[in-house]
Amino acid sequence: MTKTVLLALILSGVTGALAGYLGSLMLTKRMALMGGALGHLTLPGVALALLYDFDVSLGALVFLGLGVSVIWYLEQKTHLHLEALTAVVFSTSLATAFLFLPRQEADIALLGDVSHVTVFMVLATVTIATGIFLTVRHIYSHTVLIGISPDLAASRGIDLRWHNTLYLLCVALTVALGVRIVGGLMTAALLAVPACTARNVSWNLKQYAYFSMAAGGLASVLGVLGYVATGLPPGPLIVIASGLLFLGSVYTKVRFGKVLSSEP
Amino acid sequence: MIENRDVILSVQDLAVTFGDTVILRDLSFSVAAGAVFVILGPNGAGKTTLLRALLDLIPHGGRVTWRTQSISYLPPHEFLQRRELPPLDIEEFFRFKTRNLADIKRVLAEVGLGEPVLRRQFGSLSTGQFQRMLIAWALVDDPDVLVLDEPTAGIDVGGEETIYTLLNRFRQNKPLTILLVTHDLQIVWEYATMVLCLNRQKLCMGAPEEVLTPQRLKDLYGTGVKYYQHQHR
Repeated sequence: MTKTVLLALILSGVTGALAGYLGSLMLTKRMALMGGALGHLTLPGVALALLYDFDVSLGALVFLGLGVSVIWYLEQKTHLHLEALTAVVFSTSLATAFLFLPRQEADIALLGDVSHVTVFMVLATVTIATGIFLTVRHIYSHTVLIGISPDLAASRGIDLRWHNTLYLLCVALTVALGVRIVGGLMTAALLAVPACTARNVSWNLKQYAYFSMAAGGLASVLGVLGYVATGLPPGPLIVIASGLLFLGSVYTKVRFGKVLSSEP
Repeated sequence: MIENRDVILSVQDLAVTFGDTVILRDLSFSVAAGAVFVILGPNGAGKTTLLRALLDLIPHGGRVTWRTQSISYLPPHEFLQRRELPPLDIEEFFRFKTRNLADIKRVLAEVGLGEPVLRRQFGSLSTGQFQRMLIAWALVDDPDVLVLDEPTAGIDVGGEETIYTLLNRFRQNKPLTILLVTHDLQIVWEYATMVLCLNRQKLCMGAPEEVLTPQRLKDLYGTGVKYYQHQHR
């Protein structure tokens, strides 16, 4: 195994595991598809990063911040639904990215690329991912309680606004990390599919969160191994691997459904 | 008149508005420690809003002063999401509040739920079991005050009786102040020590036998209300 492949496996595995863990929380807030919209918002940033040779996650993060600020501003001024405004901004971002990008870079921006992973990139990703993981773990149970009842949570002294801000910040950073491996088109899959897989085979919250994390990490590692074996883009392979794990969880649920759904 | 040292909650000139709509105004009252304080009023009277303002969950005018920080609140059913949740078992739900498994088991036993319920899913309990589990959750950290908003809505008469009998038993074992919103006049007669009649503002307040006259109830609900009177338990 070459050093580049090893670095790509570590980077993808860590990013996938983090996305799976955070995705399990996003699914509980019924925001699984939000990752997709945010992924699209990053595309002009990824395009600029590829054209001017700086880090794609940095470009993604800058445009994510810009996109979210524009959506927030338009919402204040127009009072249109956030969903509608997100659609306006992310489709405009997508179109703009296509105008900028030559074909080859467009493929990388849309489908991800792990062929130029460096040691620094891996160290930075592992450090940032660890920070995000610890933050998500810190807010996880409170966020679930907020999902059950915001009033119940607030009466326990939980600061809803602070939790929401931390949560959204974690989502934005994870999407920025995720676009590197799956591209701007498929971040929703990176976040949502492992959580759906875990939902099928877990009995309690702890299992659900950690199965989702394991499914996300495993799918990313399998996707990169597929990329090494076939030379196909890693993004679609990671998502297909994730989809196959999901099908496995569906089979498990159907086959052993009685065990999983009966009261212990 | 409540002695100042016995007051656990003091409310002065409380007002809540949503936009241009006045929901509550000019509300002043005190609650004595150990009281069962029932808030009574028709739909839309502002009862839930009052509880939420007392707990500082919504912006309000006036002053609300609690003499304790140990307050447990159970919102009404419609404010609680039971379905479409991640797989969450009852033990994990209790662990949002305490890590002490012995306390969790004790309080569940006190509301008549055995240990096996800890492994059950949050959304899988029957309405009656769910409500008893919530009462246990509210009591597990031994609060001074329990704030309940229609805790028996949606459960049958037997289940309702069980909930109030349980609450009364808890009160006999330790000092517990209960603030309760209910529509059930029978419960008011049996358990309340103080009643606040509310319809956007205070219409009457006092012991049930003093203030709940047929005429007052008619004024409060705008129609004739069958008049029950029971002995206190």
